[in-house]
Amino acid sequence: MTLVESYQQPGHKAQPAQSDSVLLDVDNLHVHFETSRGMVRAVEGLSFNVKRGEIVAIVGESGSGKSVSALSIMRLLPKMTSRIPQGRITFDGRNLLDLSDEEMREIRGQHISMIFQEPMTSLNPILTIGLQITEPLQIHLGMTPEQARERAIELLGLVGIPDPARRLEQYPHQFSGGMRQRVMIAIGLACNPKLIIADEPTTALDVTIQAQILELMKDLSRRLNIALIVITHNLGVVARYADRVIVMYAARLVEEGIAENVFHKPRHPYSMGLLRSVPRLDRPRGAKLETIEGLPPNLAVPMPGCRFAPRCPFKIAICEQEPGLLQTDLGGLSRCHRHAEIAAGKLAWTGIGGGGEIPVAKETTPLLSVRDLVKHFEVRGGLRGDSGTVRAVQDVSFDIYPGETLGLVGESGCGKTTVGRLILKLEQPTSGEVRFAGTDIATASAGEMKTLRRKIQVIFQDPYSSLNPRMTVGEIIGEPLHVYKLVPGRKEQHARVEELLQQVGLRPEMAARYPHQLSGGQRQRVGIARALAMEPSFIVCDEAVSALDVSIQGQIINLLEDLQRRLGLAYLFIAHDLAVVRHISMRVVVMYFGRVMEVADRDTLYAEPLHPYTKVLLDAAPVPDPTIEKGREPRLIKGELPSHLAPPSGCVFNTRCPLASEECRQAVPLLREIKPGHFAACIKV
Amino acid sequence: MLRYVVSRVLLTIPTLLGVAVLVFFMLRIVPGDVVEVKLRGDGGNVSQEAIEMERKKLGLDKPLMTQFGDWMVGVATLDFGKSMWTERPVMEEISLRLELSLQVAIMATLIAVFIAIPLGTTAALFRDTWIDYVVRIVTIGGLSIPSFWFGMLIMLSLLAFFNWLPPITFTPIYVDPVANITQLIWPALAVGYRYCAVVARMIRSSLLEVLNEDYIRTARAKGVYEKLVISRHALRNALLPAITVIGLEFTFLVGGLVVTEQVFNLNGIGQLFVQSVSRNDFTLIQGMVMLIAAFYVFVNLAVDVLYAVFDPRIRYT
Repeated sequence: MTLVESYQQPGHKAQPAQSDSVLLDVDNLHVHFETSRGMVRAVEGLSFNVKRGEIVAIVGESGSGKSVSALSIMRLLPKMTSRIPQGRITFDGRNLLDLSDEEMREIRGQHISMIFQEPMTSLNPILTIGLQITEPLQIHLGMTPEQARERAIELLGLVGIPDPARRLEQYPHQFSGGMRQRVMIAIGLACNPKLIIADEPTTALDVTIQAQILELMKDLSRRLNIALIVITHNLGVVARYADRVIVMYAARLVEEGIAENVFHKPRHPYSMGLLRSVPRLDRPRGAKLETIEGLPPNLAVPMPGCRFAPRCPFKIAICEQEPGLLQTDLGGLSRCHRHAEIAAGKLAWTGIGGGGEIPVAKETTPLLSVRDLVKHFEVRGGLRGDSGTVRAVQDVSFDIYPGETLGLVGESGCGKTTVGRLILKLEQPTSGEVRFAGTDIATASAGEMKTLRRKIQVIFQDPYSSLNPRMTVGEIIGEPLHVYKLVPGRKEQHARVEELLQQVGLRPEMAARYPHQLSGGQRQRVGIARALAMEPSFIVCDEAVSALDVSIQGQIINLLEDLQRRLGLAYLFIAHDLAVVRHISMRVVVMYFGRVMEVADRDTLYAEPLHPYTKVLLDAAPVPDPTIEKGREPRLIKGELPSHLAPPSGCVFNTRCPLASEECRQAVPLLREIKPGHFAACIKV
Repeated sequence: MLRYVVSRVLLTIPTLLGVAVLVFFMLRIVPGDVVEVKLRGDGGNVSQEAIEMERKKLGLDKPLMTQFGDWMVGVATLDFGKSMWTERPVMEEISLRLELSLQVAIMATLIAVFIAIPLGTTAALFRDTWIDYVVRIVTIGGLSIPSFWFGMLIMLSLLAFFNWLPPITFTPIYVDPVANITQLIWPALAVGYRYCAVVARMIRSSLLEVLNEDYIRTARAKGVYEKLVISRHALRNALLPAITVIGLEFTFLVGGLVVTEQVFNLNGIGQLFVQSVSRNDFTLIQGMVMLIAAFYVFVNLAVDVLYAVFDPRIRYT
């Protein structure tokens, strides 16, 4: 009997009598870290349980303690700096915290597996995939190398990797991100574990690949009766798969309940706020994003009372006291004194006023005009002679009008970032032109460029690495003022920096701080202030909010919109998150594999997408609503991005397109205007 | 891979040609030549005729380009000419010393690598404990103590405690292995200490870095034995940067042991170098520079090839 067959046997591991019994019980867990800033209480009093075969989601923002909890279950916390002063973790009847290192090692990989966030770095680069999969089989199950190899081939087949026997001999760098995550899942499944902990398993992946991986994990967990803990910040991911949801905030569990209840009837103000601050594809676009104002507390400083009180709109006197975990009307748990009032509908999160559609004066001359832009990179390939030309950007044309936001959306490798770099002249185009206010940037002289650079600014994705760690915030923002002599002297520069800081919602005293002293959202505000210092008329936002937490992301999007309204800026908003692009953009360009697939007004594009790729993309994006998500059929896009060195003939999407036919392979479809203002590059529409 | 190696080997030709041009003409720019040093010695009176005759004999009277051409033709056929001082073939002079220098370098490398890997690994695994501090102090010592001085300490201790001094003449290993090794182990130790310190510190820091990598966490999450996590998952990755250091140090040892050779009274390449420079022995200097340059190029090539063997991500074209 092969592995796959054994899984398909009716009685395999699915013991109905046990299916309701508790597999993992975490009781009053506390985790402390010794840091240079003093002791950080990363997890405080966490209690939850997971039943056999159940899918539990732990949701929270960065620093909420969700990953630390997972690592403490695995006992993989750094030994030198971490401490578990209190608590019990009972797994299958044994307290994991009492086990010796050797006993714990036997449990890891055999009974509990873990899948990590970064498929790019979680596999050892110098060992073959085969060795990495067979390792736990040989260690835990005492298999011979031949048996282990056979099982590894089965496992790779199970997670949907074609040609498994050959791929066993390969190294991680020969796999794409999605394929590596499948390998990680195969490793996790290797010894038939009872529990798999997946820490942000799809965060690093593209939407279409994310859908594939999540479907695979859910399917395997159900079929093999494996309990699954999914840790994520993405509420959409949770909605589709979880039976139960645990919401964590500032080291504590704040709400727990079955998925439908937490999403539809949250009983904690934080969950309410979190759900409201996500831009959503399934709801009409609100004028302004709801946000939770303020920042999460510093865990190194002990804090009395409710952790969420400083950001909570429903704060009253009693919130000075620490709330316990209280039973809600729905049978869940909420750490809020006023949960009964929430249940009664007495407390409603009031939307922030203002906003509204940003009026764009219909101008006829575009501010930026991109025509037939082409960028090829020559690559010198490896042994197998895979050298050649990467067509990163091919025949891309669009216009951006003053005061407008153009969204540029697509998966990784589609060329969207290269387009941004070409507009900024960080790369030289192979051909085509980029006209900004009448001047062609591609052929502009250094002198012309200097004036243009003032008008075109950029906000980068990563607020952690795009600010110089050795400069203060004031120096970072002041540098362009000084270089371009926008201010006459030191005093004026200080004044201008303070003004800019206020403009992006930071206090003036922030100027004296260094980037590492700021939170992610604050750093991104500094990045925006630096861009604004030049008084630009156009800003390229390259994934400007994708590294931020949900509640912070909303704040930054609102800030960008406010600034646009006040200063009349135009944005090119490059992102992979369809919901965010929908919220902020007025028109949207969809790119795939270096080419433009579709261009339309935002509402038209999202309501009536024409191109099959756009449809697939919208379909794959999870929506934070369990009823919708669980109801809909998985309509998965097949396959992966083709190799850039061997592009498909004809339409670049034909290898994955549900509508593809022979004629799609013949010629590259041109971008045609199908309805007024709505362009698509597909012969089938 | 083979194509890469072949093209790298072919690329050494222009490199060595450049070295040849540089060394040949730089030597001629320096005033004076071997004949003056040889005949005048310490100020003896020699007639101009005698000097001219000697120059003619050595071919130093020919036009510069002809001399260069003759030398290059010789080099191309691996004939480096005769030493202008001893008038024995350059190859013979060098090979006599190379045997010794190469052996010291290899012994020092072996000592260094076999001590450095466990030393650096232990220090990393017991980071910030007394074990780590001891290793760090010992290795800092290796970096700061000049090897000739450490060599003198070794000699003095041998003399003081065992009343033993290494022999003056060199015994090749195939003649008497014991005598050979008892003679060369001391200079190898003297230079090996520094070498070992450099490599151990490299391994310690790169292992600490690797131990923080996500794939180490993955290996632990799989329930892999901790010993296997270190040896298979961590150390193999951590050794990569150490290979470069080992290659560089090794090439240095072959030609750069001038002072240490003096201390141990070894007639190696370093000493030959100093001698031939002070004698203005053009052909010998040229030959040695060419040899050491070629050696550098090939050791570096070997390092790059080793990299590709250890790291599958690197595949050269």
